[in-house]
Formats: sequence, structure tokens, C-alpha cells
Amino acid sequence: MKRRLAQYSTRTHDFEKHDHRSRDPPVCHMILVSEGRKMAAHLSYGRVNLNILREAARKELREFLDKCAGSKAIVWDEYLTGPFGLIAQYSLLKEHEVEKMFTLKPGRLPAADVKNIIFFVRPKLELMDIIADNVASEDKLRTPRDFHVLFVPRRSLLCEQRLKEKGVLGSLINVDEYILDLIPYDGDLLSMESESAFRECYLENDQTSLYHTAKGLMTLQALYGTIPQIFGKGECARHVANMMLRMKREFAGCQTQILPVFDTLLLLDRNVDLLTPLATQLTYEGLIDEIYSINNGYVKLPPEKFAQKKQGEGEKDLPTEPKKLQLNSAEELYAEIRDKNFNAVGAALSKKAKIISAAFEERHNAKTVGEIKQFVSQLPHMQAARTSLANHTSVAELIKDITTSDAFFDNLTVEQEFMTGVDTDKANTYIEDCIARKDPLIKILRLVCMQSVCNNGLKQKVLDFYKREILQTYGFQHILTLNNLEKAGLLKLQTATRNNYPTIRKTLKLWMEDANEQNPNDISYVYSGYAPLSVRLTQLLARPGWRSIEEVLKMLPGPHFEERQQLPSGLHKKRQQGENRITLVFFLGGVTYAEIAALRFLSQMEDGGTEYVIATTKLINGTSFIKSLMERLEVPP
Amino acid sequence: MMRSKPDEDDYWNSSKFRAFTFDDDDDEFSTLKESKRAVNSIVVDDDDDDDEDDVEKVSWSGEPVGTFPDVPSRSFAPELRKPKAEYKVSKPVLLVNLVKGRAYSFETFRSLKDKMLLLDEAVHANDGNVITAVLIFLKKSLSKEILSRELTSREIALRHYIHYLKEMGEQKSLVELLKSLGRTEDMALLQYKEHLNIKDEVRKKEYLKACIGLPFSPEDASHVQDHYTLLERQIIIEANDKQAENKVEVFKKHPRKASILNMPIITTLYYSCFYHYGEPEGTFSSPANIRSTFKISEKQYFLTVLGARAKLKEWFDVDRLFTAKNWFGYTKKKSPIGFHRVVDILQKNNAPVQVLQEYVSLVEDTEQKISLAQKYKCHDIVIDTYKDLKDRQQLIIYQGKVERNSPEDRKIQDLLNNTQIRWKN
Repeated sequence: MKRRLAQYSTRTHDFEKHDHRSRDPPVCHMILVSEGRKMAAHLSYGRVNLNILREAARKELREFLDKCAGSKAIVWDEYLTGPFGLIAQYSLLKEHEVEKMFTLKPGRLPAADVKNIIFFVRPKLELMDIIADNVASEDKLRTPRDFHVLFVPRRSLLCEQRLKEKGVLGSLINVDEYILDLIPYDGDLLSMESESAFRECYLENDQTSLYHTAKGLMTLQALYGTIPQIFGKGECARHVANMMLRMKREFAGCQTQILPVFDTLLLLDRNVDLLTPLATQLTYEGLIDEIYSINNGYVKLPPEKFAQKKQGEGEKDLPTEPKKLQLNSAEELYAEIRDKNFNAVGAALSKKAKIISAAFEERHNAKTVGEIKQFVSQLPHMQAARTSLANHTSVAELIKDITTSDAFFDNLTVEQEFMTGVDTDKANTYIEDCIARKDPLIKILRLVCMQSVCNNGLKQKVLDFYKREILQTYGFQHILTLNNLEKAGLLKLQTATRNNYPTIRKTLKLWMEDANEQNPNDISYVYSGYAPLSVRLTQLLARPGWRSIEEVLKMLPGPHFEERQQLPSGLHKKRQQGENRITLVFFLGGVTYAEIAALRFLSQMEDGGTEYVIATTKLINGTSFIKSLMERLEVPP
Repeated sequence: MMRSKPDEDDYWNSSKFRAFTFDDDDDEFSTLKESKRAVNSIVVDDDDDDDEDDVEKVSWSGEPVGTFPDVPSRSFAPELRKPKAEYKVSKPVLLVNLVKGRAYSFETFRSLKDKMLLLDEAVHANDGNVITAVLIFLKKSLSKEILSRELTSREIALRHYIHYLKEMGEQKSLVELLKSLGRTEDMALLQYKEHLNIKDEVRKKEYLKACIGLPFSPEDASHVQDHYTLLERQIIIEANDKQAENKVEVFKKHPRKASILNMPIITTLYYSCFYHYGEPEGTFSSPANIRSTFKISEKQYFLTVLGARAKLKEWFDVDRLFTAKNWFGYTKKKSPIGFHRVVDILQKNNAPVQVLQEYVSLVEDTEQKISLAQKYKCHDIVIDTYKDLKDRQQLIIYQGKVERNSPEDRKIQDLLNNTQIRWKN
């Protein structure tokens, strides 16, 4: 996917997010319902068994459900169904007498002959108004139902006050919270799925999400043992570490007697590396996210390429509903290709195709009853592999249509110019053209911010030019968004006389001219040349240590530090010969799939010596990142 | 709010609080005793009419949480509960536990000093809920001036307070606070944002006019001024065009799909190029006037005019747009945007080959010119360019692509037969 490698094509696809959201169904058909009794086996595949965390969360949920004795219906804040799907399936709820599920919306609740109505909601004021409306509209003639509210991930005083103002607090039997700080997404991945964490920390200076982060880390330590070493870079990292150390002091004397699983915790502020999330991710999973956006481990895709070809039928019905795919390492093929550069995916898929068809061919060789039996026993596995292959071939085709388009190519070329420091101090013609074409505003902002970051701020003239063009084309109300981006440091005026980005780039080897996309030997393959700064810092911490890059660390925002947590005697880990260290890398303010891929690459490196588990406040990409900083402009109804 | 009080009390009383032990020996911390009293006198929050007797009836168990049978668990994992039970309360966390236990009264904090101590402790605990609870209490019990003065030196509490006011939609208090803190730019932007909530365009216009004087940064100030001017113009244009809708030809032929109100400048310019092209610069709706009033860049202006006139298939206007007379009266085609983009736009609007051809021939880069000419079947350009390049081979290849015995086929044949040309290959 390098400039010189990319194919020139005349297709003109706009590289933007495709929105395939269907309308809300009246009854909540969610992930929970469709998943049945699927186990979360993939969580225990990694070095650290994250299923322990999931089990703890499930236990908590069961306890809450049992507290509301009798039959129940759950009214869902739709946003929560995704994260909840990762914790529990419908079967669990059913076992605890959940008979019906609805989506939260104003008006009267649907009739359901249950004793309890439980609202599962985020602590948002507008949702409180809906709950109040639901409770107030309850039919007085019917047998009264008990109302409960479960706040996820935390209760909020303001919300309770709003319920009180609306006069319904008294009608609620239970108001509780379900603390879901870190949700296990995959065998090596945890996310808080707090969409506004970056905005709160860097724009609104509200550090509540950091407090929750620290709490989440304490939970993790209670389950997996005290982490002896803490490193960090950035103001928020410092803050989280301080809170953790204080919480530990306050809990002094009740140390968990668990042998530590993690050797090191690395806390990284997102604003230490603002460049990486702005760049287009070029791994398979990264591109799926960039183009179709992955939500809670699922992606919705345009259905055309997934049409079932039935034998003997000439006409095939084209499905109209988006195709929904679950994406995690439980799927063998996906685990194999997700972190590859997209240019290496085609080869991997065709190799897999050969293996599968060879396996099916085996049937001709099966002569004896024993051999046939053996073959038949493998059939389900083989059929699953074939379906998986078919799906990913379709996904890869969809992505290829876009990556081979002129629009994608041009955009990538400009990104790579910025990352290598070409003409970052001038107004860029491509950006100007994109504005003139009225390309999506987020795309424009992403590029302008990237240029600003790669130039350590823009010259007054350049900044003014971009701002004027944006406001004239997209509307003056975006003054607010531009101000937000400036406050968050993504867009700035160059004040320092020297642009230090080239120094950082060279010292940390952020640009590798000959990145190998097929058989990578460096993390830079995830962005076809650009090595994510955040992951480079992680890599250098493990070897040879940050002392060697003190100078560069000082150029990046915020303090860097090291702390040690005392372990009770007897809990010191005795590492086996050749056993890898385990580092938990926590991205405060979000992490991209490409960064995760880069860390997995480091984990798998022979004699790398360190394996990584990744945690974050939110899984992000450039679009969702910029979006979280935009001013909400829609007029309230 | 009226008669739900008993229920509320029931709720609060029956709800869960975390138990903890007091360290009675600790007397250097002056608010401790008061706090203990406060804990024992649990009130919802700051309801003024709660008298002392009411608050005493609340049940309180000193048992550790872990052995509390009917108290809902608030910890994440059961494994975590044990430490909490053994949790020895230190001074700083005391007040915080007070609030976290869901049972609190701040009434005992009467002096400003105590109140600020309470706030500082809350901030120290980092829990947004706790901080907010204290701030709500302070908001009700302190004057605005004193509160904002005290918050000036307490950055974290201040952020939470701002967030709280935003969440609650207390725009006026927020503006006042930011003003008293000297954060005038933030205040100005916040006030500007209000215009989004105004539906009526005349009222919105007046509001924007009032915003002009606000202390924005110099750049933003000029943008806000422009925003006002734009809406003012749009209102005038909209009123006139509504009248014209059934009378003027262009409106009848191309009915307006939407009103022009609240559209960005470039959209407005496009609209004006579509419906008001050729009007003298003096009128508000003329493209020239919009261009000069809002200092639209030459590139944007050309692109917008081109887009609008090409949409209407007014090829003559397109021609005039790019025609510049030089000093000697010769006309020459000039464009601030590359001619390849002009071709692109014309092609998207289904311009006839004769029109396209003219602009393809103006593309500077020869390779690009040939590729565009081939793409849009401008045979003459392809042939002439190869002739100029003296590229016989390419000409032969191209001959294979055109129709047999067509004029272009014959033209190529004539050239190939021409012995005067010195081919390079």
C-alpha cells in the first residue's frame, strides 16, 4: 500500500465511513439474543486469562438480577447492548428470569406480564427523562410492576437528582450501579469503551475517567496480582499512577495474595502521540474499522458481496439487511490475518483456500471405514473454515475496491508526505481541493490536524487559510469545533521557532523507507512505512530502556516516570528460563487497531522477550477520534 | 416534588451505605467530629426543611459491608469486597466516604473555611460524583461572587463546576462564571453557540449581531461578523426569491429545492451563480458582491461559478469565465485551477465534446492531456499531440483504436503518409 506500490485505478470511491445503521426495532433484538450460548473461549487463549475478569463481571450481574426477585423485563439503553454482549448472553439473563427485553424510548412501556422492570442505562441526563416518562406513563389499572435502575458503568448523582426532580425516584425500588470498567474484548485486549475519555481529559479537563481507569486497574490487580513496575508518559499517566499508588496505600494491610501475572504496567497518554490515530490504518482489521467501523467486536457490511449462491438456482435474492460479522480471535482465519498489512491479506487468503480445498479433496483418499469416519469427524471444522474463508474473501474484496481507488491513493500520498515531513509548512493543494469538492469535514480536519502535528503547529498564514476555507465551505458554526481542536492540541499555531517533529521522527525511526508488508521485520508495516510513535516508545522501554531516549522523551508532552509497587514477600515471580515478561500497556484516550497489531507483532517476535496485553479507554480510529472532539451542533428536539 | 417526600426518604434510608469505623483518637482534624455527626444524621442533600429530628431516624449499621446481608454489592468483583471491609479509614477519605455511602448532610459545614476544606477533600478523592455533590451544596449555600472567587484557585473543582453547569443547561450562570474568571474567549464562544438553538432566522440574525461585540479572538471576531452579514444577506435574498419563484424563468425551469437560509458561504455563492448570474455587483445577490464581501479565494470562486454554470449547461458563460484579454487585446484562456479539473467538472455535467475538447487542449502536462483526450475521445487532440511529439509509433497504436475509415483514421493515415514530418521513431 505504499505510494509506489499502489495500483493506479480509475475508480472513484470516496474514502469515508459507510453508514449502514438500520432503524431501531421496537423490541430489542440485540447481540445478546442472537448469540445463544457461545462461550468466550477466545478470552483465555492469550498469555493472561482474561476470562477471569469476564467471570467476575458475570457473577456481579447474576447477583444483581437475583436481587430483583421474580420475573423481569429489561429496558435497554441501546448503546449498552454491545458492551454487555461481551459479558453475557441472553441465556444467562434467561436463567435469572429475564423474560422480555425492550429498547429504551419515551412513552408507555410495552405490556409484559412481569414483576420487575429493570432499566439498564448509562448515566445520561436525557435517558433519565425517558425513564421518568416510562414510569409516569405506567397504566395505573394494571398490577403494579417494580421498577429498578441499573447504572452502567457508574451511578451519577446528577442523574439521580434529575429522577428526583421528575418525581419518580420514589417509585424506584432499586437504584444501583454495575461497575463495568474494563471489558475484555479479546485474549489480549481490554477496553473501557468510554467514548468521551479523550475529550474529557484534554478538552474539558475533567479527570473523572482517569479515576475510573485507576479503579479499573485496581480491580485488575485484585484479580491478577499487584503489578510490580509502573512506567508512564504524560500528564494523565502521572495522574493515574498517583491515584493507583494512593488507593494502594489506603488499602494497605489487605494485599491480595496472588502471584503477579503482569510484570510491568505502561501508562501512555494519547496526547503524547497524536499523529498515530490520525493516520489511515493499513492492517486488515484497521481498514475494516476505518471503512465500516467495528463496534463491540462486530462490523456491519454492505450485503451485496455476501449473497448466498444456492445450487440449481439461477436467480439469487440479494439481501438488503447489512451483513453482520463478529470479529475476534476465536475465528482461526481472522486471528491469522487481522494484523497483517492489507497488501499481504490476498496471498494469505489464497493460501488458506488451497489448504481447505486440499482438505476436502482428502475424501477421495479415504478408503477404509476408519478413514471415512475420520474425515467425517473433521467436516464441521472444515465447513466452518470454508464459511470463514468465504466471508473474509468478500470483506477483502470490499476493502480492495476502496484501497485501489484514486481517492484513497491520493489521501494516503498526502498523509505519507506529512509523516515524512514533505512541505508541511505550506498550505496543501490536495486539502484545498478536498474542501472545494466538499469532501466530508472529518476527512479534512483529520488531514489538517495531521499536518499541524507533523509540523509542530502551523504558520499563522496557513492556519488562517485552512480555517477560512473550512468555515466558508462547511459553515461558520464550525468555529466551535476548530476551537476544540486547538484546545486539544491537535491544531495549533507554530510558536516554537524550531519544528522538532523531524528530530523525533529520526531518533525514534518513525519512518522506515523499506517497510516490508508481506514479511514484516518492524512495526512500521502497520502503516506501510510509519512506525506508530506510541508503540515505538513501548518497544524501546522493553529494550534498551527509556534512559537511552531521554532527549526525545523531553520533547514529547508531559512527564515520564517509573514507580515500583512493593510485593509481599513470597509473591516475587521466579521466571522460568526463556519465559517472556508480560507488560500491560494502557492507552489513556484511545488506541487504534493498527497500534494493537504492532504490539501483537512485538509479542510474537522471536526473542522479543516481552508479551503485551493492551488496555484502553476506547478503541478509536481517526474518524471517531476527531468526531469525539467536534462540537455537537444538532439542535435539540 | 410535592408529596413524594416520604418515598424519597424511604429510598435514601433503605439504600446502601458503606460502613466504616471512625478513628476517634484523631482529633487534630477539626471537621472529623462534625463529620461523624453528619454521618449519623443522614439527609438526602440540602433540603432546607429537614429538621434535626427527621434526620436521626435513619438506620445505620456499623457492620462491615462484607457481612451485610441485604446491602447490594457495589464492588466490581466479589473478590474485592474483603479489602473494603478491613479498610481503615484515613483522614482524607473520610469525608468522601461520607458522600459515597449515599448518606450525607453538609449542613454542618457552616463556615467558608470548612466548606472549602470539604471541597478540597472531595477533589482529592478524584471522584466526579463526590465533587459534584459538594459543588451543588456550595452553589446553594454561597453567593456567586464568593464561589467563583474560591474556585479561581481550585482548577479541578472549577472544571467540574463548569461541566455541571453545562450539563444542567445553566447557560446564564456559566457565562457569568467564565466572565468573572476572566475567561472571556470561552465565554464569547459559549454565547455564540447559543445561536444554534434559535430557529427563527430574524431572531437568530439579531442574536448574531449582538455577538459581534463579544471578546472573541481577532480571527474569530471577523468570522462571527461574517456569519452575521451572511445571514442578513440570506434573509434578503430569500424574501426576494420567494417572490420571484413563479415569475422568473430560471426559477420556473429549475425550482428551488430548499431555502438558502443558514447555508454556508460557498453554497450561497453557488446559489447566486445559479439563479443570479450576471447581476450587477451592486446587488446583494450577485456573485461578484458575495465574492468581494466574504473575500472568497479566486480558486473557490472559479470552481463554484464553473460548477453552477456547467450544471445549467451555459457553456458560453463557462467560456467567458476563463477568457482573459491581455494588453494587446488578444484573448487567452486562463484558470487559477488546473485545466484538467475544469475538464473533470465539465465532463461530470455532460458537456459536449466540442466544449470538452477546448479545455483538454489547454491541459499543460502532455501526458495528462493525452490521457484525458483519449478518455473523452477528443481524437484531434490526441493526433495533433502525437504529431507534435513526432511519435510515429504511438500514432500507429492509436490508429488501431479508432474506427476504420472514420475522419480520425483518415487524418492519421494522412499524417503517416506525410514524408515532410521527421518522425523520431
